[in-house]
Amino acid sequence: MPASRMWRDHELKESYDVVIIGGGVHGLATAYYLTKLGVKNIAILEAKYIGFGGSGRNTAIIRSNYRTPEGIAFYDHSVKLYEQLALDLDFNVMFSQHGHLTLAHNERGVTGLRERAHTNQLMGIDSRLIQPREIQELCPMMNVFGPQRYPIQAALYHPPGGIIRHDAVVWAYARGADRGGAHVHQLTEVNDIETPNGAVSAVVTNRGRIKTGIVLNATAGYASTICDMVNIPLALETHPLQAFVSEALKPWLHHVIVSSTLHIYISQSDRGELVSGAEVDDYLSYSLRGTLAFAEGGATHLLELFPFLANVKMLRQWAGLCDMTPDYSPIMGPVDEIKGFYITVGWGTYGFKAGPASGHLMAQCIQSGKTPKMLEPFLNSRFLRDQLVGEKAAASVSH
Amino acid sequence: MSLQLNCPNCGVRPVWEFHYGGPLKSRPTQDASAEAWTSYIYHKPNPRGDQKEWWYHRSACKLWFLAERNTQSNNVHTTQRFGAEESK
Repeated sequence: MPASRMWRDHELKESYDVVIIGGGVHGLATAYYLTKLGVKNIAILEAKYIGFGGSGRNTAIIRSNYRTPEGIAFYDHSVKLYEQLALDLDFNVMFSQHGHLTLAHNERGVTGLRERAHTNQLMGIDSRLIQPREIQELCPMMNVFGPQRYPIQAALYHPPGGIIRHDAVVWAYARGADRGGAHVHQLTEVNDIETPNGAVSAVVTNRGRIKTGIVLNATAGYASTICDMVNIPLALETHPLQAFVSEALKPWLHHVIVSSTLHIYISQSDRGELVSGAEVDDYLSYSLRGTLAFAEGGATHLLELFPFLANVKMLRQWAGLCDMTPDYSPIMGPVDEIKGFYITVGWGTYGFKAGPASGHLMAQCIQSGKTPKMLEPFLNSRFLRDQLVGEKAAASVSH
Repeated sequence: MSLQLNCPNCGVRPVWEFHYGGPLKSRPTQDASAEAWTSYIYHKPNPRGDQKEWWYHRSACKLWFLAERNTQSNNVHTTQRFGAEESK
């Protein structure tokens, strides 16, 4: 089916029941699940084109072997929704659950992984600590026993983890939302949000003004910009995260490999390209340009694990914007200050894998007006209550 | 995009010699509410534009200094010692 017919263009209506800002996986999934709950008069406003931001820039890794019970329950909900997504949306999202390995290169790393394995198992997640011999069996091409600056001591093995085609997920949710009656508005930028008397009343865009009682900020890279319009301070800072792909190779890597000591993660896409990313750049920036320092560093670390890749060419590199919170957990739900204003922001380096769960729960939250239990730990008010959700198993935590 | 910073001690150096120390914020007073202090600790202005911020010259002279930088273009407009005149 041609892309133009997957979702239709519409004139901006004068009013909508719900206006979702951000046409990425979070916004589109929320719209889709809202239409399933019977809320159909929805606008999704995207400043560029859908999937332009984080949804098209992530490395498409799906997993639930996190560290905190709150995080594990949440990401597991997402993995379960992803497992049913192709069926649910009638679209091949190319989800390959081929297993996920997190490497430890020192004693402290092993202790951390052991703790995660135990917490995961208590929460019913398929996750266990494995020794170098089993790592080598699973991944024969990896330099497990050869000379290494940081020898591999153990790994956390998470069989349901894997990769997905992120564009397909975005398109499928957009089509699902469109079929459910929602309007996807691309090239529609939000300039202001009107909140007289402490409640949302309208959204002002470059294409006109929309009356609405409910607004969801589902943006990344613009989370602070949108929240500034309604004077909601956020506990997050935007940092770029860079990634690259290699030329296509025959299939040889059948797992996602992650090493926080080497600041690298790598997987092989169905097209044969190696997809590899790093941790976030350590200073605030909204720039989407790549750096030579990253290309050099990424290649160096990759070669420690896979020396035979020395002659493989890097095809392209890019950056995405990660809204980093101090506890590496997202911020979701209504805000106390303004009635009808909801947020699902602060998705740092873990946004794409959470898209379905975030959409599913935010839709329930908006439709019912009650915060689902699974969302409660992630409310914006947690910072002022000093009750953080320290998710030290996020991709960017390696210091 | 990568950038260079003009360290008030050492001159123009690549960004990876430095550690980003966050935005310059004004501290609440001693008698401020717990909420004001919690907000001071957690909330970030995170502007898409110019910001006055702390940098630390980690790999060299260990000086903490201030820079004014555009977070979108990464252009560094000025750097200065804390409390000193702008050096460039």
